Amino acid sequence: MLRKTFFGAVCLALPSFLQAERYPTADAIVSVGGPITEIIYALGEEDRIVARDTTSVFPEAVNDLPDVGYMRRLSAEGVLSVGPDLIIARSTSGPVEALDQLRGAAVPIVFVEDGFTPDAVLASIGTVGEALGVEDKADTLIAQLRTDFAALDAQRAASDTPLRVLFALSVDGGRLNASGSGTGAHGLIELVGGTNVMAESFEGYKLVNDEAVILAAPDVIVMMDGRGDHSGRADEVLALPSVALTPAGENAAFLTIPGALGFGPRTPELA
Amino acid sequence: MTFSSSLAGQRHATRPQGDRRVLARLLTALLAGALLLTMLLSLGWGAASDTDVVGALIGADDVSLRDRTIVWDIRLPRTLIGALVGAALAVSGAVLQGLFRNPLADPGLVGVSAGASFGAVIAIVLGGSAPFWLQASLGSFMVPFAAFLGGWITTILLYSVATRNGRTSVATMLLAGLALAALASALTGVLVYYATDDELRDLTFWGLGSVAGANWQKFWSAAPLIIVCLLAAPFLARSLNALALGEAAAGHLGIRVQAMKRIAILTVACSVGASVAVTGGIGFVGIVVPHLLRLVQGPDHRGLLINSALLGGVMLLLADAIARTVIAPAEMPIGIITAIIGGPFFLWILMRNRALVDL
Repeated sequence: MLRKTFFGAVCLALPSFLQAERYPTADAIVSVGGPITEIIYALGEEDRIVARDTTSVFPEAVNDLPDVGYMRRLSAEGVLSVGPDLIIARSTSGPVEALDQLRGAAVPIVFVEDGFTPDAVLASIGTVGEALGVEDKADTLIAQLRTDFAALDAQRAASDTPLRVLFALSVDGGRLNASGSGTGAHGLIELVGGTNVMAESFEGYKLVNDEAVILAAPDVIVMMDGRGDHSGRADEVLALPSVALTPAGENAAFLTIPGALGFGPRTPELA
Repeated sequence: MTFSSSLAGQRHATRPQGDRRVLARLLTALLAGALLLTMLLSLGWGAASDTDVVGALIGADDVSLRDRTIVWDIRLPRTLIGALVGAALAVSGAVLQGLFRNPLADPGLVGVSAGASFGAVIAIVLGGSAPFWLQASLGSFMVPFAAFLGGWITTILLYSVATRNGRTSVATMLLAGLALAALASALTGVLVYYATDDELRDLTFWGLGSVAGANWQKFWSAAPLIIVCLLAAPFLARSLNALALGEAAAGHLGIRVQAMKRIAILTVACSVGASVAVTGGIGFVGIVVPHLLRLVQGPDHRGLLINSALLGGVMLLLADAIARTVIAPAEMPIGIITAIIGGPFFLWILMRNRALVDL
């Protein structure tokens, strides 16, 4: 198992070091990972995509493309059935077996490193731009994003005490599924100059204890806007006994952001 | 004699023995043909419907690399693993049912699959911190081996809890299975808290099995174990028949009951463990297949075990065909499909055999 994981890691890591692959003529691309799909759209190359994964839901138009499944549970034959000549995927895509089989069928795969910092976003745009053979467009987008990030920096420097933020992915039976460090939500909070109240406690997403929420004393609760009734959701969250005891509860500070936790070109806009 | 009479159903009781044996042989031939056919269909079916299967199989020159990969590296290992795992689960069900002398035993229902999954999960999450010599000697076999250990321990626990003085209470067996499955999934839940996000996504796989991601490496890591068990199972047939009369009677008939029980448990643990290790937990095959066959050919294990293997392979391949095509190009876990078909079937068996489960 360890050996397999190791090989998998090497296979996944290698392409990002090489970074020399260009497929300017690829016009049947399978895009795996929300941020990657967004980047391709932002580069204006969306006509070259033939299929996407379940996590790619933005922009709206992408939902019309066939869905090859969840990015971590790809099926080799499913992907092959759309006749791809290039796969661009987040480096955390899988499973390793399916990727091996795709390579066996001589479909090139370009991996894009995951990351939740401005630099990671710029780097992944670079990787995608290179793979598509549209470096010039990528450079333009990168330059534009750089300006946006710089503006954010300035804004952050100007603001006084950092806001204490609790990001909740969902509310499961009255408990918040909150973001720790190492997530898109954490990156976003840092970017706007907030403090992620759960960053010290754990990595990834976990259901948090009511008392931990009270102790963390967030100033604001942030969730993604899902489908459905937002104001009702705010009421529901703010009425939770634990949340009610925090500054966020007292001031009814509840915010929703569009769902885009994989870092992509919209990041500064969201922030 | 609760076992044989309830399993055979009263209306078959008057049919002469000879007829049944002929029927069983006929079924064997029929099912072998059906298995071959489903395997061929399974090679032809898939999300990529325009694949040149025949060309790829006979090695024609003008076949694209894509089609060759789809047929040889994706569908063929998948078909073989599907047939083997289906056979293993159905035979394990039939052996467990003979061993416990009741028709409601199934590796999934009585916790053996959950135990095997738990073993696999331990190996995935904690495998990296296992002593080096263990990793070095087991390598990629660590997960199947751990799954086998988990299944083995669960089967032994189940048997020792549910059997007293050579008699197995159905209710006790089902309840013990429930408890063991709950315990195994709770312990799996504990490990979930230690797992990284990546491991976590892999873990969800063990609950709802899938034949997707089959490759030759997986095939070779599981096939030898499963094939040995499948070949060994028919030799248990006479003993299981004798056991239907009760342990004491079986002993008087010259069966070495303890040794035979050990072999039966080992067979089930090995084949379920190896199956779970490559496909995760697939439920209900072990209960549906032997039960259907008993309705037709009666409770004699001599034909039952072989036919269970064949029909199990057919059933799992058909379920997999649904799994891989219904939401193509994405794929559905096969465990969902076997549960949707098997759940109502199980309820139906329960209703027919209500007397069996009365506490």
